[in-house]
Amino acid sequence: MRNILLATTALTLSAGLAFAESHGKTIRMGTEGAYPPYNYLDDKGEVAGFERELGDELCLRAELTCEWVTNDWDSIIPNLVSGNYDTIIAGMSITDERDQVIDFSTPYTLPDPSAFIALSSDVDVNTSVIAAQTGTIQASHVASMDGATLVEFATPEETIAAVKNGEADAALADKGFFEPIVEAESDIFFVGEDVLLGGGIGLGLRESDGELREKFNAAIESMKDDGSLNTLIEKHLPGSATF
Amino acid sequence: MAFKLNPQLSTGAAIFSYCTDPSQIEGLAWLSCYLSTGKHMALYWSVLTVLALLAVTGPAALAFGFGGASAARSRVAPLRWFGKTYIALVRGVPDIAFFLFFVIALDQGIEYLRHKALCPDWDQPIRQGNDFIVCQAAKMPLGNSPQWVHETYGFALAVLTFAIVFGAFAANVLYGAMRAVPREQLETAEAYGMNHRQIFRRVLVPQMWVYALPGLGNLWMVLIKATPLLFLLGVEDIVYWARELGGSKTPRFTDYPHPDWRIWYFLALLVFYLIFTRISELVIARLMRRLTLGQATTAGEAQRKAA
Amino acid sequence: MSCIQTIQDYALRSIGIGERLLPREDFTLCEQFTLIGSGMIWNIYFGTVALLLGFFFATALALGKASARAFLRKPSEWFIFIFRGSPLFIQFFFGYFLFLSLKSNYAFFDPFTAAWLGAVIVLFCNTSAYSAEIFYGALQSIPKGDVEAADAYGLSGWSRFRRVIWPTMLRLAWPSYTNEAIFLFHATTLVFVSSFPAWQQRGDALYYAKYFADKTFNPFIPYPILAGFFIILTLIVISLFGLANRRLNRHLPAERPQKIRLLPNLLR
Repeated sequence: MRNILLATTALTLSAGLAFAESHGKTIRMGTEGAYPPYNYLDDKGEVAGFERELGDELCLRAELTCEWVTNDWDSIIPNLVSGNYDTIIAGMSITDERDQVIDFSTPYTLPDPSAFIALSSDVDVNTSVIAAQTGTIQASHVASMDGATLVEFATPEETIAAVKNGEADAALADKGFFEPIVEAESDIFFVGEDVLLGGGIGLGLRESDGELREKFNAAIESMKDDGSLNTLIEKHLPGSATF
Repeated sequence: MAFKLNPQLSTGAAIFSYCTDPSQIEGLAWLSCYLSTGKHMALYWSVLTVLALLAVTGPAALAFGFGGASAARSRVAPLRWFGKTYIALVRGVPDIAFFLFFVIALDQGIEYLRHKALCPDWDQPIRQGNDFIVCQAAKMPLGNSPQWVHETYGFALAVLTFAIVFGAFAANVLYGAMRAVPREQLETAEAYGMNHRQIFRRVLVPQMWVYALPGLGNLWMVLIKATPLLFLLGVEDIVYWARELGGSKTPRFTDYPHPDWRIWYFLALLVFYLIFTRISELVIARLMRRLTLGQATTAGEAQRKAA
Repeated sequence: MSCIQTIQDYALRSIGIGERLLPREDFTLCEQFTLIGSGMIWNIYFGTVALLLGFFFATALALGKASARAFLRKPSEWFIFIFRGSPLFIQFFFGYFLFLSLKSNYAFFDPFTAAWLGAVIVLFCNTSAYSAEIFYGALQSIPKGDVEAADAYGLSGWSRFRRVIWPTMLRLAWPSYTNEAIFLFHATTLVFVSSFPAWQQRGDALYYAKYFADKTFNPFIPYPILAGFFIILTLIVISLFGLANRRLNRHLPAERPQKIRLLPNLLR
């Protein structure tokens, strides 16, 4: 599937531009745009959030010209491997099955716990109906929980709606995604134990694109070294572990 | 902080001057600000995209249909088999299943052909594991082209996919219409000494439209109602934006927090589609009246008597 | 795992019988065929139930639309217009929302948000509207002579409808109605893509095809398998409707001239 629309060119400084011209290629950054605070569309319809700031900074440091495109979550990997964009930066956890198909950069977050939310704090997640987004590591986790019943929805937004209207007793997703919702709504609570899934979030890249991967790895490393990555995590993902 | 803020944040001023702090205003003023955010502009733009897609796909599907129908009744056997297989195959598959893989296939096919033509001395394999790799010059669109080129290309792929799918249905309708033209008309033409091609061009095609129009009109309605599947093709259509805008928003990520409003957005879409259907119905009815003039059908006869 | 084992485990997975966990790695073609085929159970169920129930409602709607009385005609016209004039995708959304809000007020509506009931109701309304329009068109083109002949035989009311008008209407409408049935079966793939959630990974054929496309990241195997299943289903629908068509037209000498007409085309 092609991803169109609302890509906004991330402006890099003149040094970056000069390099990009010799490189001859704009790096297209594919994201979902529906997973705040990692990535979402702001009121102007532009990609915003943790990964937007992170990605712009990475491109700056790696001296690349980047532009943002959004793509449906379902087809985000097939479109990467067929070359419609060059990297996935969409809150994608590093897992073995994904790693067989694409390559990942070094993680730019520590493994983020996934958390359950529910309307009351005494829901037993091991025996209840749990909503998760189709095709996520959380959905596969719930499928393998013995007493729980999995209900899958197409978007993360709908999993929260399902908890609110009683379709599901609880929902499972990245804690960083639920944090602002629990904070904003008085009748939604975290329940049960957090679970650790996946190996942190990284940029997804084509396996044949080793050069680009090295560039991004170096940029991530330099952001880890000078502490700016931690600053970003604290700003956007309060409560998440820092490097 | 060690890095600059998102450069876009400072640009894109609101349309109304009083929109600078939406949390302070309410009622109609708030609504007018809310409905004029950049995101809503994208929604309005997507309405135009859908209309444009319909305007282009209609004739394109008709062309595919005409080709398919002509092939299906061709005297050359392979051509006839091709036409019939095309019609049967595409009609047998749900459009949604077709959309889910066909666009990627189409995209890769085009790039593969360009690659063969433009980079003859490329020595690496095109399929490396899961990756599909062609040389930079064969990329569609080129890697350094601006975003609008990517959008236009994606749009063109969507049009082509829609045209192929609905072309098969149109071919079926036209094939039936060609057979519905009274046989005597063709025989008369033959008696006048016209050859096969002349009969096709001068008698069959002009006559078949009146038989084809009800079916084609129906197909047009189906086409209108297939546009919500556009987001599967990667075109961010009105349904995508209605979902995105309607979902509940917390104050942290927007100046316009609101609960789940999807129902209102979908209601607006419903009204849009109903109006559009109604207009189409009226236009088709008019067209039908014009086409029946002087035709050897019951309706044509009724018109003749009334005149 | 042998293919027979896979079929035993997963052939009825879509209705909750068999292995609970879906395959997670080393996906074989056999697994993809079995699970996508298992999902077809839902497509066939949705399509068949909606079509059978919709048939009767559509007849009523068509008669309503053809009625001279406004209190019958107006509601039928609006029902047909709304369901024919809007995308099914949006109808599913509204159906799901409606059932959700009803459910929070009345316990009776509890099962309605599940696809097996809720989606069937939406599909039923949708196909009723489309079929009603087809039937209405057929009612309009019933030859005047047939009705006059029925009158002459002293038939009226119910028996005139059942023995003359209804069979003729069906006969005229049948080719278009066949198309509608095909469209309906295709439309059943939208159920789990739009609003209705999939419970415990029990979904239709498209749901499993998407599952495999998700896991293998290769859309070029599961979707063509899905397409293959649907082509078979379409062929079955066409032949069943063809049998019905033969029965409806059994008193007419309609078949012969057509067959003869094919010959010259082939010879030339």
